[in-house]
Amino acid sequence: MVATAVARCGRGSLSLLSEMGRMMVFLISTFSWMVRPPFRLLQVLKQVHFIGVKSLFVIVLTGSFTGMVLGLQGYYSLRKFGAEGLLGSAVALSMIRELGPVLSALMVTGRAGSAMTAEIGIMRITEQIDALDTMAVSPMQYLIAPKVLASVLIMPLLGSIFDVIGIYGGYLVGVELLGVSSGSYTSSMESSVEWKDVYGGILKSLSFGLIVAWVCTYKGYHTTMSAEGLGKATTEAVVLSSVLILIWDYFLTSVLM
Amino acid sequence: MKITEASAPAIRLVGVEKKLGGQPVLKGLHLEIPRGKLTTVIGQSGGGKSVLLKHIIGLLKPDRGQVLVDGTDIAQLGAHDLNELRKKFAMLFQGAALFDSLSVFENVAFPLREKTKLSEPEIERKVLEMLEQVGLTGMGHKFPAELSGGMRKRAGLARALVMGPEIMLFDEPTTGLDPLLARTIHDLIVETQRRFGFTAVMVSHEIPEVFGISDYVAMLLDGVIVEMAPSDEFQRTRHPAVREFINVGGKPEVVPSGAVQGAR
Repeated sequence: MVATAVARCGRGSLSLLSEMGRMMVFLISTFSWMVRPPFRLLQVLKQVHFIGVKSLFVIVLTGSFTGMVLGLQGYYSLRKFGAEGLLGSAVALSMIRELGPVLSALMVTGRAGSAMTAEIGIMRITEQIDALDTMAVSPMQYLIAPKVLASVLIMPLLGSIFDVIGIYGGYLVGVELLGVSSGSYTSSMESSVEWKDVYGGILKSLSFGLIVAWVCTYKGYHTTMSAEGLGKATTEAVVLSSVLILIWDYFLTSVLM
Repeated sequence: MKITEASAPAIRLVGVEKKLGGQPVLKGLHLEIPRGKLTTVIGQSGGGKSVLLKHIIGLLKPDRGQVLVDGTDIAQLGAHDLNELRKKFAMLFQGAALFDSLSVFENVAFPLREKTKLSEPEIERKVLEMLEQVGLTGMGHKFPAELSGGMRKRAGLARALVMGPEIMLFDEPTTGLDPLLARTIHDLIVETQRRFGFTAVMVSHEIPEVFGISDYVAMLLDGVIVEMAPSDEFQRTRHPAVREFINVGGKPEVVPSGAVQGAR
């Protein structure tokens, strides 16, 4: 009884460990193909378009509402202490340090990450990946590396756009709607946001970009040969990359602070 | 050491064993594929025929045994040498495996653009010529999703042939097609094989059609090749399990080799 429980536990840990090992090998192999010619600039640009440009609308939409709700919440909390003037600082710091990088990465996971898994998974099931292999074109180089590179490049930009839109959303609610003075909103922001906060946010976005593309392409690449397998892979990709983003965010924050 | 005389078999599988998901699929399989001929492997669905093909082109590696292509054991090759060797090969996949994101023209041009330094006009000329040969003239701008199953197979064949391979692998080229279409695809395979003279390995369970088009037929049963012979001889086999398999179609009479081309 106890023995079977221990055995089951051990089996679970072993399969988790070997999955982690496979993911690591996958990542290293991606990097090694990334630095080898031929460089696939066109593929990278296509992915920048797909991950970046096409996510813009949802980033702008969620960014503005996040900023607006922060403006509301911040205003009513700060008013208790008579510190409405610090609203700009509160909104800007929470956007730049946390919400911008994390929420934009989560939005990209949902919009582009799941599509990445599905696309690669379908290519796996319909043997298009095998076809690349038989034509002596490395699927790691042709398919995976451009996605990972584009995602790492584009995520800081999306995060920054999210920040800017969010800060402006907070301004709209705080200044235009609730009557905080425009001067104190911007000046409190200017005096409290440091360069360190900005590059910390960008560093977060860079690593989230890697996590999203890594997890989502890995799950697609290792899809089992069925429609059910594809659905499972897509779900796992979205859940795992969202969870990893939040966990990694905690560690990175504790280091950066 | 490389053996490349015309008489030597192009591909030899020696004692190949493979387990997939814990299940033994190939159990010490031996097979020699003659050079410049069309050899068809028949066998039950799910019996490991596609697995066999994937071993020949190095998509899967044997747990034990050797896969020798022109005398080179491909399981021992590194990624780079394997890619070099694969330039000799082309494969037509079951579902044609065309890239959905590329048009038919771009699909056929893909290996040329990736693996040769041909100029764009030369590529265009070659692709259009190839499309004409498989009967897809004027279809270059279409996307795979807009094509019927038979047209997709033709486009896949064009993409496979455009590099002038020495060895062609066909994974159930006519599965899912109606008998008439299956026959035109079979004819196309035989025609191109005769014209280009490549070594062809086909996996199929289209009995008795394969007897008419193949030079050699081999039967895969329980993870080993139980019988391999020239097509005419194969149909007179005394092996009971093979007899049973090829007679299920209810056509015990011998189809003479070359009958399908003869009818055209």
